[in-house]
Amino acid sequence: MDPTPLTVDTINPKVLKCEYAVRGEVVTIAQRLQQELKDKPGSHPFDEILYCNIGNPQSLGQLPITFFREVLALCDHPSLLDKSETSGLFSVDSIERAWKILDQIPGRATGAYSHSQGISGLRDAIASGIEARDGFPSDPNDIFLTDGASPAVHMMMQLLIRSESDGILCPIPQYPLYSASIALHGGTLVPYYLDEATGWGLEVSELKKQLDSAKSNGVSVRALVVINPGNPTGQVLSEENQRQIVEFCKKEGLVLLADEVYQENIYVPEKQFHSFKKVARSMGYGQEDIALVSFQSVSKGYYGECGKRGGYMEVTGFAANIREQIYKVSSVNLCSNISGQILASLVMNPPKIGDESYQSYCAERDGILSSLARRAKILEDAFNSLEGVTCNKAEGAMYLFPRIRLPRKAIKAAGAANTAPDAFYCKRLLNATGVVVVPGSGFGQVPETWHFRCTILPQEDKIPAVASRLTEFHKGFMDEFRD
Amino acid sequence: MSSKALDYESLNENVKKVQYAVRGELYLRASELEKEGKKIIFTNVGNPHALGQKPLTFPRQVVALCQAPFLLDDSNVSLLFPADAIARAKHYLSYTSGGLGAYSDSRGLLEIRKEVADFIGRRDGYPSDPELIYLTDGASKGVMQLLNAIIRGEGDGILVPVPQYPLYSAAIALFGGSFVPYYLEETANWGLSAADLGQSVAQARAKGITVRAMVIINPGNPTGQCLSEANLRDVLQFCYQENLVLLGDEVYQQNIYQDERPFISAKKVLMDMGGPISRELQLVSFHTVSKGYWGECGQRGGYFEMTNIPSRSVEEIYKVASISLSPNVPAQIFMGLMVNPPKPGDISYDQFVRESKGILESLRRRARIMTDGFNSCMNVVCNFTEGAMYSFPQIRLPPRAIEDAKKAGKAADVFYCLKLLEATGISTVPGSGFGQKEGVFHLRTTILPAEEDMLEIMESFKKFNNEFMEQYEDHPGYPRM
Repeated sequence: MDPTPLTVDTINPKVLKCEYAVRGEVVTIAQRLQQELKDKPGSHPFDEILYCNIGNPQSLGQLPITFFREVLALCDHPSLLDKSETSGLFSVDSIERAWKILDQIPGRATGAYSHSQGISGLRDAIASGIEARDGFPSDPNDIFLTDGASPAVHMMMQLLIRSESDGILCPIPQYPLYSASIALHGGTLVPYYLDEATGWGLEVSELKKQLDSAKSNGVSVRALVVINPGNPTGQVLSEENQRQIVEFCKKEGLVLLADEVYQENIYVPEKQFHSFKKVARSMGYGQEDIALVSFQSVSKGYYGECGKRGGYMEVTGFAANIREQIYKVSSVNLCSNISGQILASLVMNPPKIGDESYQSYCAERDGILSSLARRAKILEDAFNSLEGVTCNKAEGAMYLFPRIRLPRKAIKAAGAANTAPDAFYCKRLLNATGVVVVPGSGFGQVPETWHFRCTILPQEDKIPAVASRLTEFHKGFMDEFRD
Repeated sequence: MSSKALDYESLNENVKKVQYAVRGELYLRASELEKEGKKIIFTNVGNPHALGQKPLTFPRQVVALCQAPFLLDDSNVSLLFPADAIARAKHYLSYTSGGLGAYSDSRGLLEIRKEVADFIGRRDGYPSDPELIYLTDGASKGVMQLLNAIIRGEGDGILVPVPQYPLYSAAIALFGGSFVPYYLEETANWGLSAADLGQSVAQARAKGITVRAMVIINPGNPTGQCLSEANLRDVLQFCYQENLVLLGDEVYQQNIYQDERPFISAKKVLMDMGGPISRELQLVSFHTVSKGYWGECGQRGGYFEMTNIPSRSVEEIYKVASISLSPNVPAQIFMGLMVNPPKPGDISYDQFVRESKGILESLRRRARIMTDGFNSCMNVVCNFTEGAMYSFPQIRLPPRAIEDAKKAGKAADVFYCLKLLEATGISTVPGSGFGQKEGVFHLRTTILPAEEDMLEIMESFKKFNNEFMEQYEDHPGYPRM
């Protein structure tokens, strides 16, 4: 008799192997503490749990962009457009945009499955948005709208990975979707280390070194993942760096997987976002020269619409018979959610000068972005003021990734508790302050170094309290464990 | 250089093996013709709103309000929305921390899972645990997650009905497992028997395959049959004795067009059977907002409920769900509204009932019109659509037609369906996309075209079919099947 069908002994081993710390152990403990606080207020030395583990802006008080929500509401309930009262409650341009979008949907049926790549008119709008951003044309047929960027990443891993002999170059530290997805699809993660000492610099020599090492171990490296702006590291690549990366991929025959979901989160005047597509095209490289997949999402930026699950990948430089396979796999799931598709088209085509909503849209957008920049700085300074802690600047994205130098006594105590040292620190931090962060081991780090990832997302008025609680905890921790 | 980076030869073989006819050759050809200006009636996929079915009003009101909460602050909101929709929207928003724009719990909002659990409890008469209910971006994603957890390699087989909805064969191919067919018997109203199941399993095992799970689709897709309680007991008993996880695809549970076999869930039958099977048989049940009388396909909302799955396995399934962070929140609200619709006394109740009944009664009529229409053709036999959204007529094709098909490099039913498409604009899916016995041909169409268009569509089909048979039949006045 076979063992019981679905137990941990008979479950797909790739499932067992994959890990995803962003909603891992520390978060589970936090949820328990939150429930305890609810059942017994005052049972912990803090009033609330502050989830700084996940890039989920609206859960911490960030407001959505009004124009986007107006359009989405009208598309969700199109009969509003037939009522005269609607013009009293919605802006003129949101009504116009809703009409425009609905006219691109057969029968105005937002409840129908669409084309498996997404509604054609919306892809046109996104392609225009990409062209306006980059100055180079974009083909709507290259765009695949997905339920967030993550399913698109999974699809590419599925396509690329045949066995564990297939490797994907990933930055360390990385957003663990990549390591999890590679594990789930049975491939090999080939790490390349970002250099903390140089602001998380990405050196092509390091890429080459890791590529050659993998090859000599019999791994066929298929693709290079670059996250720009970086997660958890927050660095924004220079254009020169990006050119080197493009050149490297072209030379080595690698697919470039460009995770650009934080493209609108840039906090330093000396850096700008340049898409890899723009960089490649400016180098004169077209579809025949480089295979490039660019990922974008509605979850980040200043819109922060995580719960909508909207995103897309732009697939360029692939032969037609491969694109057919991508289409085929997309079709099995029929299509991504329509509301998310609409939102993606809005994100890539926001209000323009002259639109009724333009000024209020800009005010909302700039308010959020400037606040994020301020919060990034305050927290960065706070971390840098802690004993034994250094924290690189968050040039972009939504995170800080401070390095903590743990005293030997702390490392021993962690060992005794059967926990990684950074997880030990994070759990102590949680239990003392209610602040939830993710241990660096969840992202990868140079061995024997310790980090944690903390978002910059708590509302600005909460940031001083977060900073002071962290400072107080850290002092206490060091007092306890100092060598 | 890009050919070196990724060429067709170096693609994951499993991806290449995937077939999904529902949006395959026929659909692509239909889309081409549509671009050229031909009027196409898309009956290839269960997509009610695309064929004119209107969304139910109440859920759209609630979700629109959740989408734009600033409306709730406006004193004029009651000019546009009824009070119960406003109250429901406020209610759902209070379940979230951050409204529709925040990732929820990876399993879905707890309060909505509780609503689902309550629904299941009312439906079946047995309690359901919200912690074992996972909301997903459509039922398909849930199916894929479970199959991915089960399939370790090609040594693992999944029992799937033939004909089947090709999500199952596609997912099994994608995850590198083995498809183990069990044939539904067309002459016995697409019935299944434990003996047949036993035979399928024995054959698989003889090939060295470990059969891990069994899929039932109830009501059936494409076949439409509704399983009897006795049938379900047999299936559960069989899975128990063969140590299989039962995957119960119940997405069409609201679509029932006969009264002899109302829907009964696999979970209810399992619980009715009592211990030890009710405590040990592993079952995962799937549902969606895409079908029923809601037809909200574009929202991508679904759930799965786990029964008797060990907690460590649940943890692993949770872990995989967490990588995708959370299902989309608007669809979660649609799910909550579906399982917890307006009640008698609510302002919107009458309208809700009127709209729902209207749709269901019309579907029942259309099921009949279509079945009868097909059966009136001499070379067509069609089982009644007892449930779901499809008609799956068997079409006898003359030998010369099959020959011509071969010459054109096509399966006979693909050949027929392409010709049907070119002649009438009706876009169906050939039976080979779902599986059928060797030498027997079918097509799948939906019963979803508007009722007022049905007769014309059936006439159009009959005209084409007569002409086709005239062209290919050797003896005119061919005998009835």
